Amino acid sequence: MGKKIAKEVSIAIADAVAQCKVDVISAYPITPQTHIVEHLAELVNNGELDAEYIPVESEHAAMSACIGASAAGARTFTSTASQGLLLMYENLFIASALRLPIVMVIANRSISAPISIWNDHSDVMTIRDSGWIQTFAENGQEAVDLIYHAYKVAEKTLLPVAVNIDGFTLSHVIEPIELLDQDLVDKYIPPLRMKYKLDPKKPVSIGAIGIPEIYTEAKKAQDEALKASYKIIINAWRQFEKISGRKYQSVETYEMEDAEVALIIMGSLAETAMNAVDYLRRKGKKVGLVRFRLWRPFPLRDFIKSIGKVKALGVVDRAVSHCSTGGPVGIEVRSALYQSNKRPKVVNFIAGLSGRDVTKEDFIELFEKTYEALSKRLKVSYEIYGVKE
Amino acid sequence: MIEIRLHGRGGQGAVTSAELIAIAAINQGKFAQAFPSFGPERRGAPVQAFARIDDIPVRTREKVYNPDIILVLDPSLPKIVKVTSGLKENGIAILNSHYSEKEVREILGDYKGNLALVDATKIAIEEIGLPITNTTMLGAFLKVTGLIEPSYMEEALKARFGKLAEKNIKALQRAMKEIKIYK
Repeated sequence: MGKKIAKEVSIAIADAVAQCKVDVISAYPITPQTHIVEHLAELVNNGELDAEYIPVESEHAAMSACIGASAAGARTFTSTASQGLLLMYENLFIASALRLPIVMVIANRSISAPISIWNDHSDVMTIRDSGWIQTFAENGQEAVDLIYHAYKVAEKTLLPVAVNIDGFTLSHVIEPIELLDQDLVDKYIPPLRMKYKLDPKKPVSIGAIGIPEIYTEAKKAQDEALKASYKIIINAWRQFEKISGRKYQSVETYEMEDAEVALIIMGSLAETAMNAVDYLRRKGKKVGLVRFRLWRPFPLRDFIKSIGKVKALGVVDRAVSHCSTGGPVGIEVRSALYQSNKRPKVVNFIAGLSGRDVTKEDFIELFEKTYEALSKRLKVSYEIYGVKE
Repeated sequence: MIEIRLHGRGGQGAVTSAELIAIAAINQGKFAQAFPSFGPERRGAPVQAFARIDDIPVRTREKVYNPDIILVLDPSLPKIVKVTSGLKENGIAILNSHYSEKEVREILGDYKGNLALVDATKIAIEEIGLPITNTTMLGAFLKVTGLIEPSYMEEALKARFGKLAEKNIKALQRAMKEIKIYK
């Protein structure tokens, strides 16, 4: 078993990517993702990683290069954030529809304007419907473990995977992290063998036109593939637990057994939220926390199970979906509940935009506001929390 | 949990110092976390960096608002930044300064709490040849807090600075001797 060492999360992620023996890395540097690709470039340059590093002129080109390389059967990696992700946008849908097992880390960052480099989930929420498998890490260890998992899953499902880590809040933090031993990585992620790939000796066409007679069927097939990926994702975590001792599931719960009121969140702020849960539990309040580790495919059943018998849910979104019925997670949660018989009150907060700190005290307040929903009628479908007035 | 806030100017190595504190603590078997004040780095401007040390895993992503320890690398900073802001009542302010205790307390706005002073700029110039005080101030930190075994910090310095580590370690050791604590 490996030893916990002090590492910046970005560097540890790059080391894990290298352990997965990627063939091609193509990326354009953008804060707060830069340290990841910078370290990979260094590993390639030093001869420590036998891979092709393709520096490109933009993120659009980075994703294009990954698509080309992946279609030729190479194990690929890229990383981006914010405006960079938006510049990739059209190619992301092509990567998933062409069933290319690309792995990308998004160091989540807000979107301009106003110009901002700080953390929230505005960037990744724009690719919600892109057909990529999407996971969210809570801490550095999980970020690294989700890299191994991403390659395992991507290559079994032939779907691209985006691993989300909070920009700065995770990417720039030094903390104790344990990398898997190389022999375990090799066993967990065998060499990539793609049945259909671009090969001059066996020519095939990839990404041909989808006329109206076939487009719907192609989309249905893609949808089925993403749906079927759920089982592969879960099995890959089970296998990972066997080799690492670290257990992961699609939806994480904290103090949910007898919870009456719970918050839902994604990403690293869940750690701070747990401290609020501990505090309120000591005061006798039956509160809990639910965190989505898997966002796409949406783990509907696991989510419904996770909330137990809560009477009120406070969904903490970290992105705005202007003048819709909630934040992206809030909308999803309300819709998911309608597919079950459970009818807790749902309050939706938008908090922690562009690196605005959400402290333990803030989470206590969010719990209190969620409690209020039990006795009061909701006047708004979502609230942007913590606005200075 | 012990929370530490470092004040420096961009380019003086405050972030590196926070990182070295976390690395040394983790290598010693503790749990720790270090992070910069997130944003565009600007050389010369006041910057902060943070570290947390605990015997159990550190589980929070908040910034540090109420530090137990503040470490100030630049002697001119306390005049323009309220470096003791949020410092816990029983906490300690460790400053690089050539001023007397009385003068420093006045600069800090009639500060009554625990104080430790060392002329780190002088030590750094004499030992390293540069007025870069981040590693010197780590010596002050080690001596005042006793949180980390010096050998683990010296190992961390060697890993980070290679050939340059030796001079930095000398400066660190001198600060350990010359730091004065006022309660």
